[in-house]
Amino acid sequence: MSPILFELLLRSIWETVLMTAASGLISLVFGLPLGLALIATERGGIAESPWVNRVLAAVINGFRSVPFIILLVALIPVTRLIVGTSIGTWAAIVPLSIAATPYYARIAEVSLREVDHGLIEAARAMGGNRWTIVREVLVPEALPGIVVGFTVTLVTLVGASAMAGAIGAGGLGDLAIRYGYQRFETSVMIAVVIVLIILVCGIQWVGDRLVARLDRRG
Amino acid sequence: MNQHVTAAIENTDDADAPAQDVVRLVELKRRFGATAALDGISLTVRKGEILGIIGRSGAGKSTLIRCLNGLERPDTGEVFIEGREISRLRERDLQPLRRRIGMIFQHFNLLSAKTVEDNVALPLKIEGRPKAERLKRAAELLDLVGLSEKAKAYPASLSGGQKQRVGIARALAARPALLLSDEATSALDPETTRSILALIKDINRQLDLTILLITHEMEVIRSIADRVAVIDAGRIVEQGPVWSVFADPQSGITKRLLGAIRPQLPPELAARLRPSAGAQTILRVDVAGEAARGPLLSDLARAVPGAFRLVHGGIDHIQQQPVGTLFLSIPGGDAGHLAEVIAFLKSREARVEVLGHVADPV
Repeated sequence: MSPILFELLLRSIWETVLMTAASGLISLVFGLPLGLALIATERGGIAESPWVNRVLAAVINGFRSVPFIILLVALIPVTRLIVGTSIGTWAAIVPLSIAATPYYARIAEVSLREVDHGLIEAARAMGGNRWTIVREVLVPEALPGIVVGFTVTLVTLVGASAMAGAIGAGGLGDLAIRYGYQRFETSVMIAVVIVLIILVCGIQWVGDRLVARLDRRG
Repeated sequence: MNQHVTAAIENTDDADAPAQDVVRLVELKRRFGATAALDGISLTVRKGEILGIIGRSGAGKSTLIRCLNGLERPDTGEVFIEGREISRLRERDLQPLRRRIGMIFQHFNLLSAKTVEDNVALPLKIEGRPKAERLKRAAELLDLVGLSEKAKAYPASLSGGQKQRVGIARALAARPALLLSDEATSALDPETTRSILALIKDINRQLDLTILLITHEMEVIRSIADRVAVIDAGRIVEQGPVWSVFADPQSGITKRLLGAIRPQLPPELAARLRPSAGAQTILRVDVAGEAARGPLLSDLARAVPGAFRLVHGGIDHIQQQPVGTLFLSIPGGDAGHLAEVIAFLKSREARVEVLGHVADPV
């Protein structure tokens, strides 16, 4: 592999890591509260509100049913509004985040739903309010699942970021298509695949270690 | 409803300072769809007493106990806690009140992500107490329940009995006026159950804490309750001092619940019982209080000459009151003799029932 290609590879790694990390973080920040809102507003939840629940679920399902490559293009006006441009790595972070947030919200919802209802009742019996229940019961008890879900989301984002090449965001997927596939640079293709494997394994490894440390359920 | 109005009720009241009712329920009703979980429940829990509520599953016990801290709301009726009506308070106004009421649960409901001491300190954290005070109080309580060395452990590493001890410590953290126990020993083995009940009784005495417990096990009522209320299909069918209800259950449901722990005729003898007259007549004699204290059998022998045999039974003590059942075998053939024996026993306030006849009681 030529030094130029190698430099390109390094840059692509950085772009992929940047896209994954930034949109992952954003999906965590918005997706977790969204997941909490879903279980809080459902029937028998701590802030029961069937109407809000239905609207939230519809919006989440709407975003999740649009294929990412279409979302990428359809969101161009929104992207331009937020980052000022519709091209480049930062521009790709907007649609990636918007796709990953409802995805992560659903995963977080599943973990939060698994928290034993008896624990919520115990917190209420102690005189805890909704915020207490969220802070002391729901989030800490669901934390292992929340972390597992975040790991899954990050790995999905690594894959999704490959499509971001379509709007000039760069990244490993884009490199593999343009050099490895279209220019028959097999070594680039192999290098990209190896880097992606390492990246995904690394994310999974860190996630698993974290869960092992957090999980006190015995 | 059968009221066991006896001297023992007066005994539980302190003559000098009239006991304050910590809990007073008036005509509570709550329906779930077509079924009435509570169908007009009225009762009081006095300061410092342990009231046991017993019933089969689905009798409405859980709904009842949850009405006391507002986790459940009655459709109609009133719930007074320390004189204040709470059933129509808003959730926000219930929260400070719930801190006056501790609760322990069948499945412990400890937070798996928190250490034992953080679990115990949680009610104080909810109250907004500083951390140093919380940990000091948690240490005191863990000492009280005998789990000091487990302060930094996580609940998953504890046995069921230890988990319930932590649950008890947590329920006491905010110095409640009332402790609610929701089948607290139902998930525990008999030996652990005994030690947890002993702890609850101990806390009741030491802290003069008022306790309302629900259970489906008469054994729990027998070991620690002062008074018992039997609930069935959302209604109280019987209530009174535990020894008196045990000695003389009125309703069928109470008798069934007591079935397992009241003395029964040995099965091989019961199998040989015949309704028609035989060589021997088997009597069931239930005694309680004064009747059980006196030398009943020797008096019987003196008053009504003739042989009789004690085939089974004994005297137990419930709340320092002797309560017992004796199974006597009386030689048949002479109806007048049998009538005399029964008349004598009844004159000593024993309850007598002719169970049947056997050829040979041994």
